[in-house]
Amino acid sequence: MDSIRKMENVSVLGAAGKMGSGILVLLSLEMGKLKIGKKEEGNFVLNAIDVSPVALSNLIKYVESQLLKHAEKNIVELRGWYQNRKDLIDNEEIIRQYVADVMAIIQTTTRLETAYESDMVFEAIKEDKSLKVKLFSQIKQNNAKAWFLTNTSSIPIGEIDQEAGLNGDIIGYHFYNPPVIQKLLEIIKSEKTNKELLAFAVDLAKSMRKIVVQSKDVAGFIGNGHFMRDALYALDQAQEIAKESSWSKAFFLIDTISRDLLVRPMGIFQLLDYVGVDVTRFILDSMQPSFPNENLSHGVLNQLLDNDVKGGQFADGSQKDGIFKYERGRIKEVYDLNEKKYIPVAALESECKTKMGVLPTSLLAWKTVVRDKLKAKLLEQFFNELGQIDGFAAKLAMNYGKNSKAIAQMLVDTDVAESAADVNTVLETGFFHAYGPINEYFE
Amino acid sequence: MKKLRKKVYMLAGYNTISMGTGRKEFNPRKERPGLEHYIKEAGQATLKGIGGAKNVDEGVIGNFMAARFNKQANLPAFLPMIDPDLKYKPSISVEGACASGGLALASGIKSVLAETADVVLAVGFEVQNTVKAMYGADILAGAGWQKERKNGHAYFFPGAFSDRAGAYYEKYGKELTRKAMAKWYCNAIENARLCKTAQEYQNTNPNLEATANTPLNPRRFVENLNVFDCSKVSDGASAIAIVSDDGLKRIGVPASEAIEVVGFAQVAADITQKPEDLTSLSTMKKAAEKAIEMAGISLDQIATVEVHDCFSIAGIMATEALGFAEKGKGCEFVLNGNTSRNGKVPFNTTGGLIGWGHPTGATGVHQAVTVWEQLTGKAGAAQIEISKGKPFAMSVNMGGDDKTLVAIVYRRGI
Repeated sequence: MDSIRKMENVSVLGAAGKMGSGILVLLSLEMGKLKIGKKEEGNFVLNAIDVSPVALSNLIKYVESQLLKHAEKNIVELRGWYQNRKDLIDNEEIIRQYVADVMAIIQTTTRLETAYESDMVFEAIKEDKSLKVKLFSQIKQNNAKAWFLTNTSSIPIGEIDQEAGLNGDIIGYHFYNPPVIQKLLEIIKSEKTNKELLAFAVDLAKSMRKIVVQSKDVAGFIGNGHFMRDALYALDQAQEIAKESSWSKAFFLIDTISRDLLVRPMGIFQLLDYVGVDVTRFILDSMQPSFPNENLSHGVLNQLLDNDVKGGQFADGSQKDGIFKYERGRIKEVYDLNEKKYIPVAALESECKTKMGVLPTSLLAWKTVVRDKLKAKLLEQFFNELGQIDGFAAKLAMNYGKNSKAIAQMLVDTDVAESAADVNTVLETGFFHAYGPINEYFE
Repeated sequence: MKKLRKKVYMLAGYNTISMGTGRKEFNPRKERPGLEHYIKEAGQATLKGIGGAKNVDEGVIGNFMAARFNKQANLPAFLPMIDPDLKYKPSISVEGACASGGLALASGIKSVLAETADVVLAVGFEVQNTVKAMYGADILAGAGWQKERKNGHAYFFPGAFSDRAGAYYEKYGKELTRKAMAKWYCNAIENARLCKTAQEYQNTNPNLEATANTPLNPRRFVENLNVFDCSKVSDGASAIAIVSDDGLKRIGVPASEAIEVVGFAQVAADITQKPEDLTSLSTMKKAAEKAIEMAGISLDQIATVEVHDCFSIAGIMATEALGFAEKGKGCEFVLNGNTSRNGKVPFNTTGGLIGWGHPTGATGVHQAVTVWEQLTGKAGAAQIEISKGKPFAMSVNMGGDDKTLVAIVYRRGI
């Protein structure tokens, strides 16, 4: 297999979306590396395919700004690439030329037929199996050589393969948001996945400097396999509290505990808002058929959506209102399911503080922990103290940690993940947790 | 000229804050004061110390690259902006890369010697946080020969001094040299913490040595230096008055409040030629020798030195160029604490270019201001002891890679 020829003509489906645009940037960097860095012969083309011309025009602006950032950071290398261009002297001239040269590789289009020319098709459209199947089979019928790398975060690869008739020419290539920055890449191979494609996909990920974790083709894979169940557990806990208190307090309490006492970068409901309540339900729905013995849905999610509480992000990456309302990234108001309105945090804080009960003498900030070389020791001390406290929040946090571990262990036991280390890597790099869920902190 | 034909003094020095990364008030995303602000702040403060603009005969502004950092030329016309009483007075600007400030001083000294002025206002400034580092590198590369830019490093000057460091490692040992460079950095930050206007004044890093030993990263930066071996990117201005005896009388300030210039030298080397020896700063050596000779003193009479440590390796090589350490012994000289603030001859008592900051066109003037503060007892928390047996101080300002040099020897006025 000539991997450079494979990379000569590449398409990204759903290129203007949140994930697609990041994937497009990463691919343009890779193709730039071949064309400009390695001076490979060939007419490199990267097709950015999406349904909306307006979104595609915004995409160009985004890609250009990302290429500029990349060029500025890597000017040392770029000067070498353009060494023979006597007319380019200043860094500024070289950076501009590089951005122009890479942009020249990218072609935007709304026509799916353009992808027929591509041997490599990356896909980041919405989580809709039948749509994916339809597009892939159409392309495959017109280009038998086409390989498919899908960014699906939950749909089994084998099912898409079978329904679209791809004969193993598909692999799961699950980036984390935003793809340009997030280091983690989950690679999911089905039982049929073409070995050449797998080797290619792993090499490409390495070239992109991603941390690769291979997951078994089980709906949800490792990342969502953990996150979804973690979120369902949190919703159960909130529901318990809401029975004797209010929903706003319940959401606020569980979010605070899961962030501050579990030393996570954000609380579980803020993460849910980040992903989107609608997207979360969508992922759960797509996972459900693979786990007939498990209930992967939650009434609270439905109630939230019925009241138009959705979360998710705007195109510029800022957070939409969801379970919480935010001001400059900070939680300011909390939705109350009964009252059907947002309650200011200030009105909840003191009661929630009382409810939480005794807390460790000093909290451990996630920010401090991740920067500390001796973080394991810090965490051990903190959780040790936490475990000895007889207080509502402390107990809830300990149980939360235990449950998180149990979910992770289940993923290992059912071979979704090859090892405990892989689950921990996904949570630490994909979700920025300060520690992996499989640990001894909550015994 | 072997001796100064008349007395030349400097007084009423002032440094603005050296603004840039490291200062808490610095936010690269927010709009910041322009060059007008800095020139005014420094110029007006010095005017206040010499009885106002009416006492000034002429002015000189030192600046390196306002034409590119700020798209501004015709700098002499900024002098009257400082004070309306400077309108219609002679004003010039001088440029010699990072020695522009030193050239402003040399120009002022010459005006006093030539008796065309009794009071000269010298201002140096640079406002360089207007562009990101990789573009700033293009601009600063103008201090080298443009024909060498294409084959030079993306970070041109760090690249040039990385080559010097590499040659030095090879000749005298990498481990020892890296250790001395780390020591140089620690000294710089410790001194900067004692000076409120220093860019690293607020530095609270408990482990400076670990920071200094940050691994080299040639993929993103240069081969033989890390970013802590480099001076800072700074916005700032410095001003000082250069006056004759008559000037002092006009101002009404006693000589003891001023410093006297007892020797100076300004030399240049061919910018189109590569350094003869990468491990030594031969033009700096020449400038220092000439200034010392004119002053008629010996090195052991010098209490403190302000030296152009644009890179830590330049600081070490400067101890040799100035004659304090033998050739190849600069590292030991620094490691033995001789240049530390309690050492034999404290170097860069407010942090130098690495600790205080390096607003390129201001640096030469900043050095003179620091010497003025130290010799007249105005250095506050950064004050070192000036003993009777060692009454002299020296400043050495360098433009480009050892190309344009200004060395000045001073003592307190009597």
